[in-house]
Amino acid sequence: MTASGFQELAIAALLVVLAAFIPMLSDGYWLSIAVTAMMYIALSTSWVLFSGPTHYISLASGAFFGVGGYLVATGMSDYDLSFWLMAAAAPVVATILAALIGLATLRLSGVYFVIFTLGLAEMIRNIVSWVQNNFLGSRGLYVLTDFTEAHIYWMLLGITAAVYLLGWFVNRSRIGFALRIIGNDETVARHVGINTATPKVILFMTTGFFAALVGAVIAPRYSYIEPNQVFSPELSFLVVIMALLGGSGRLWGPVVGVIPFTLVWEFVAVQFPNQTTLFIGLVFLLIVYGLPHGVVGRLEQLAASVRERRNA
Amino acid sequence: MDILVSGLLLAGTYALMAMGLNLQYGVARIMNLANGEMLVLGALAAFWLFVTYQVSPMLTLFIVAPVSFAGNWLIYRIFLRPLVRRSKSQGQLEVDSILATFGMSFALVGIMVSIHGEYFTYKYLSEPITLLGTTVALNRFVAFLVAVLIAGALYLWLNRTRPGVAVRAVAVDTEAAGLVGINVPRISAIAFAIGGAVTSVGGSLISTFITLDASIGVIFTMKALIIVIMGGVGDIRGAIVAAIILGLVETAVATLIDPGLTLAAAYLIFLAVLLFRPQGIFGRRAT
Repeated sequence: MTASGFQELAIAALLVVLAAFIPMLSDGYWLSIAVTAMMYIALSTSWVLFSGPTHYISLASGAFFGVGGYLVATGMSDYDLSFWLMAAAAPVVATILAALIGLATLRLSGVYFVIFTLGLAEMIRNIVSWVQNNFLGSRGLYVLTDFTEAHIYWMLLGITAAVYLLGWFVNRSRIGFALRIIGNDETVARHVGINTATPKVILFMTTGFFAALVGAVIAPRYSYIEPNQVFSPELSFLVVIMALLGGSGRLWGPVVGVIPFTLVWEFVAVQFPNQTTLFIGLVFLLIVYGLPHGVVGRLEQLAASVRERRNA
Repeated sequence: MDILVSGLLLAGTYALMAMGLNLQYGVARIMNLANGEMLVLGALAAFWLFVTYQVSPMLTLFIVAPVSFAGNWLIYRIFLRPLVRRSKSQGQLEVDSILATFGMSFALVGIMVSIHGEYFTYKYLSEPITLLGTTVALNRFVAFLVAVLIAGALYLWLNRTRPGVAVRAVAVDTEAAGLVGINVPRISAIAFAIGGAVTSVGGSLISTFITLDASIGVIFTMKALIIVIMGGVGDIRGAIVAAIILGLVETAVATLIDPGLTLAAAYLIFLAVLLFRPQGIFGRRAT
């Protein structure tokens, strides 16, 4: 292990500690933005865990997030189960779902995987609505807890820290090394004897686990839950945008993308509520044509050229 | 029997839009996820011209096709060609084109919502006719006939003319096609543009019997993708068979179980294809 690796970990720890004080300093509007931002940081960091090294664009976040939120709501509303039990069970269900999806699609080319995840949230929403309308009686679900925004914020921060720590270990493990080789060239990876499917499926399961956990934890914030609201395809795209905007080459890249994007997004959503879709489209185009490696990639490029000039 | 007839009629337009996507992905190597938005644009044009100027959707096709051809040609030249140049491998191009076309799809939805945020509802040829003992709306039948006509013409063009052969050559191997003197960038742009035009025309046709709205494109993108993958990339025959299967299954699920589950049914087919025949219905397994 290199010193720079531990240095990175120490900086991350310091940031987590600092971030933990945010609820003390602000409340109301800014805290609610902080909760949203923290939610996206957790989601996009766990997205980068899988999609960063492999370059497989997963649009399944919305589906897993929905599974998390919906299971918590069903369990608490219909079966009087505790929040903690459901928050623990939901990620397990999502992990199994991710394993099935991974086994079916990740053995094939990346395009099939993207396409499959593209409609996933919508399909699960259709099935859930159908089951709810026909067998459970159509009514909304309530998630009533004593959590305040600050509690939710701290839980999300905890999840983010856990994701980061896990990612840090994965990057320095055999499986992370295998994933990087797969991402660079899958044929080469197969030829040097890497079982290409297994690491991909395992990492995809991890992403599913955390996305569902975030969905479960954030559920109390909405109190009233219906399938149309938690299974939102838009969420998957927002996660992808923020992760790519920051830069998916580094585990801490998403943080750099989430914070400015959340602020601008809030502004756009309030000022031009009808133009949010157009805005998402333009940011996607900006990323592809202007920032192919994200803000972090651009900064590293600049740093490299400065170093070169100094050495010359 | 009802299911069979309406399923087949639906399959006609599905086959058309899948052919469009097939040209874009199979020949120009662009995984175009804004394909559904091209379809909705065609539908919007048909709706708007019919409501404001009472232009028959069948006449609108003659406006939609060239406009969409030109628009898609420009999109390819301006946005996608630089990505093709920049990418070092097919995988890189796929990721880039997926992201870029996502951007376009969102931007187009945003623009269409601001043009017309409501459903595209209009009545055109909605009188019932009797076909093989079942009653269907005339518009479905007309849309089917036009779709078959266009698909047939496209098939003949691809198989019987010189430019058609060039397009198929690029589909088989980009580099080899370049070596035998085919202008690959030009053929790719043309294939992409024709693909877009065919899809938009399909949208105008569909809008006569299904009520669409500005944000429904992604559902049609999914359907077209499932058909293309089921049929095998670049395989027109396979796409037609796949479109018929999807049309029949969707109609069966919608009539027998619940119309809300058609996407789930499409997914089930998709899953079966991925598990058992990822190379397509007529495709040979790669060794």
